[in-house]
Amino acid sequence: MITKVRNHISQNEPLLFERSSPGKKAYQLPELDVPGVDAGEALGAENVRPEIEGFPEVSEVEAIRHYTRLSTWNYAIDYGMYPLGSCTMKYNPRINELVARIEGLAWAHPYQPEALAQGSMEVMARLEAALAEITGMDALTLQPAAGAHGELTGILLIRALLEKRGNPRKKILIPDSAHGTNPASAAIAGYAVENVKSTETGLLDVSALERIVDEDVAALMVTNPNTLGVFEENIIPVAEILHAKGALLYMDGANMNALVGIARPGDFGVDVLHLNLHKTFSTPHGGGGPGAGPVAVKKVLEPFLPIPRLKRSGKKLTFDYKRKDSIGRVRAFYGNFGVLVRALAYILAHGGPGLRNATVDAVLNAVYIRKQLEPYFDLPYGSPNMHEVVFSDERQAKNGVRTGDIAKRLIDYGFHPYTVSFPLIVHGALMIEPTETEGKRELDQFIEAMISIAKEAESDPQLVKTAPHNARTSRVDEVGAARKPVVRWKP
Amino acid sequence: MRYLPKSDSERRAMMDACGIDSPEALFAHLPEAARMKRPLDLAPGISEYEIVDYFRQRAERNANGYASFLGAGAYNHFRPVLVDTVVSRGEFLTSYTPYQAEISQGILTTIFEFQTMMCQLTGMDVANASMYDGSTAMAEAVLMAVRATGKGRALVARSVHPEYREVLRTYARYQGMPVEEFGYVPEAGTIDLEDLDRKLDGLTAAVVVQSPNFFGVVDQVKTAAEIAHRRGALLVVVFTEAVSLGVLEPPAEADIVAGELQSFAISPSYGGPYAGIIAARERHMRQMPGRLVGQTTDSRGNRAFCLTLSTREQHIRREKATSNICTNQALIALMASVFMTVYGKQGLRELAEQNLAKAHYLAGKLKPRFCGRFFNEFAVRVEGRTPDEVNKALLKKKIIGGLPLWRFYPELADCILLCATEMSGRAAMDSVAEALA
Amino acid sequence: MYPENFRYTKEHEWVLVEGDTGTVGITDHAQEELGDIVYVDLPKVGAHVEQGKSLGSVESVKAVSDVYSPVSGEVTEANQALADAPETLNSDPHGAGWLVKIRLSNAGEAESLMSAADYEKYVGAEK
Repeated sequence: MITKVRNHISQNEPLLFERSSPGKKAYQLPELDVPGVDAGEALGAENVRPEIEGFPEVSEVEAIRHYTRLSTWNYAIDYGMYPLGSCTMKYNPRINELVARIEGLAWAHPYQPEALAQGSMEVMARLEAALAEITGMDALTLQPAAGAHGELTGILLIRALLEKRGNPRKKILIPDSAHGTNPASAAIAGYAVENVKSTETGLLDVSALERIVDEDVAALMVTNPNTLGVFEENIIPVAEILHAKGALLYMDGANMNALVGIARPGDFGVDVLHLNLHKTFSTPHGGGGPGAGPVAVKKVLEPFLPIPRLKRSGKKLTFDYKRKDSIGRVRAFYGNFGVLVRALAYILAHGGPGLRNATVDAVLNAVYIRKQLEPYFDLPYGSPNMHEVVFSDERQAKNGVRTGDIAKRLIDYGFHPYTVSFPLIVHGALMIEPTETEGKRELDQFIEAMISIAKEAESDPQLVKTAPHNARTSRVDEVGAARKPVVRWKP
Repeated sequence: MRYLPKSDSERRAMMDACGIDSPEALFAHLPEAARMKRPLDLAPGISEYEIVDYFRQRAERNANGYASFLGAGAYNHFRPVLVDTVVSRGEFLTSYTPYQAEISQGILTTIFEFQTMMCQLTGMDVANASMYDGSTAMAEAVLMAVRATGKGRALVARSVHPEYREVLRTYARYQGMPVEEFGYVPEAGTIDLEDLDRKLDGLTAAVVVQSPNFFGVVDQVKTAAEIAHRRGALLVVVFTEAVSLGVLEPPAEADIVAGELQSFAISPSYGGPYAGIIAARERHMRQMPGRLVGQTTDSRGNRAFCLTLSTREQHIRREKATSNICTNQALIALMASVFMTVYGKQGLRELAEQNLAKAHYLAGKLKPRFCGRFFNEFAVRVEGRTPDEVNKALLKKKIIGGLPLWRFYPELADCILLCATEMSGRAAMDSVAEALA
Repeated sequence: MYPENFRYTKEHEWVLVEGDTGTVGITDHAQEELGDIVYVDLPKVGAHVEQGKSLGSVESVKAVSDVYSPVSGEVTEANQALADAPETLNSDPHGAGWLVKIRLSNAGEAESLMSAADYEKYVGAEK
């Protein structure tokens, strides 16, 4: 039984370009208070373009209907549970949006004098301090724009430290359960990547690491809890193995939401980690971004942090550009400031005790789902999970129903699918992360939907394999899109 | 806590179902040494009212009520009301990357439209769904040129935004990729073509120029392209002031265009979040970093869109990917899309011409440092005082003056960079002119 | 299923040696595993390839797979038809879906590869 949704009318809408007709306008500019200038004269006729061919021409009414209609073709957290594993799709408080738009913050120019930017700098300093307390690390940079950008920054920091010590080393070790960004980031920093097999329980293989870690290894990049949602129980001995050989421990903080208030990377041997503020700290995902990927480090890595560094000088905050060991800049200006504002608003709203309660509820929700779905789906790794749980489609695959099919069928039940086919160490993975912002009713409806689909996979596999049936858009031909790429509209 | 939707009795019922009697049991498997032994040293949560109050107070410690003539990569343009109306819709604000095409057609369609508008604007064949910002887009464009040519050197104009050049150096440092710079003509502020020609060799993958350049001067894209192509290098053209493309010829001779869209209804926000883009010739499509949306059909034959050519990306190709980028700036790119929709074909032209008129009005009262043609920014030499002294005097009139150039160009230590947009009022411009006279 | 006159590699490529030319492709098993092939990346004519080294790649929507050359030599022809019709690799991997022709620099090399019968056994065991 599908209880969460029923069909309603969905508006059709052409592309902007198909809606356009010459002469329509959605704008009015003020009268110029200075003399007009002839573009050809000012810029040189050869530098002036004719009209922008194909550019939209619509009225204001059409513009708002266009985007409103398109918006209804999207699923969103505001509609309900969005259990994408590893993505931490939690509720996005609207107060965050409001404060990020306060004029003095939103209209602050990055080059306005420091004396007239103390408010922005205080926001950054307070966020740095809060994140240092949450992670147990000594210093932070807020400059990286997203998680992968933070990874690159973190690996560059490691490289800079090792170079300073005389040998940058050659490779980064990465478990086979890692996010794809990890090896990609290591490669940009000029490192070779060596994949490390997980143990049969899906964890870091301590004895294997003991063998592999040598003078060529710069660092191990580990996600903790890992992508199975399992805490790396040997993280402290692993850190010791690395440190004994002069290598460092990098933590991908994508799953930090399982640890806030419970355990701190700085206390279990991590030397550098990045955070995803758009995950753990609930700044919105916005259909794919923006994010922010601050990097937290132990003291030994602090001299290498990107310039500029925020510094207190008496009562004033200032930016320090003169840092000879710095890796340089990873982006222009100081970071995704508007995202930092939102993250701080989230931290202030929760406060210390509230952040911990959020972690508890996130883990409770995932454990609850595991408990309820274990009788129906294969659980390849039995270790206790934290904020997410990973099943496999092994049972359903016997009837030809794969994880991708179950995911598409969930759409008919009114839910966004879970993460499909990741982590790679689980064949046919269903990776489910409820987050703490789901109530019992929504969770029970999700569980009910999953059980119902498991039964359909037995009784009517074809129904599942051709889903979604009730969505506005039925299964999309991704093969056709890739064979003959059409990536822009043409008349 | 207002963000946690469970009552205590629901929590209890769920714990019962899980066979545990306290929340602590959820963490019992963590090694004791890894556990936090004390509560977080952060104050308890506060109300909405207090949060707003906290940030209002911070905002008051920033500049308020000042007219500003700062540009240099972040511009003051009016943000049409529709922009926030659209991006505040939960369906856009609170959705994820559209991996599940069937229930993400809203954002996918807007990205497809965005890619199209970026091509129309830049004269390129393909554009991606966004990069973090202009600076990282430029660095990635150079790495892309390296892949496309199989060569490994970059030659960058000194008139490219200095912070963008710094970012490129960070990215290039461990790629075994030398980054060298070529100069600008001291009188005109345009690129020094002879210096470019001299420094260009057969090993160069990319020549990078910005137009309008950091000094606001419209630069010589066509000639740079000819010189670059003669030696088998690709031309990367950078822009930081997207409004200029409303009136300026698109850099159609470029092989790759890397730009910053902050001017398109993205508030300056102390430096971010902004949105970068990469656009290119079709033959380089498979070397592009970042997400691409493509058109296809669904099983009922309706037009549909989905992420495509994903094999370029990190989640599939891992260490061999074209980039490590995953999260991009989707919502910010949507702001830019709404901006382009609102202004449209006529409006963007009119807006650009207003910027041109304002900047030329201001420049008319001053003596620009360079004789090259400029859009809405130009450098001025300050005489008799230092640029900082002039700016200080202006602050008393509630005006933030231009950017002193000593920070980036020692040879221009007596210059400031001024920017005027459609937001610059005549009275404030007169005050600036007076202070500088 | 697998032509008798081809030789096969453990990475699921085939080669047909005729005189000093080897025609190279991927096996039916390989295309089956990859699923719908959407793109083929081939070396330029004149490129030198070595046995066991990557000569290009084939892509499905969600995977990239290197193609390892079964023989060494110089590429004399690349199958241009695949650019517009990569699906040929799915429909006719042992025929119209060939990838490159190579002028062999070591005629005996192919002898070390598997026969059709051995390959069939190898694929069976892998399953």
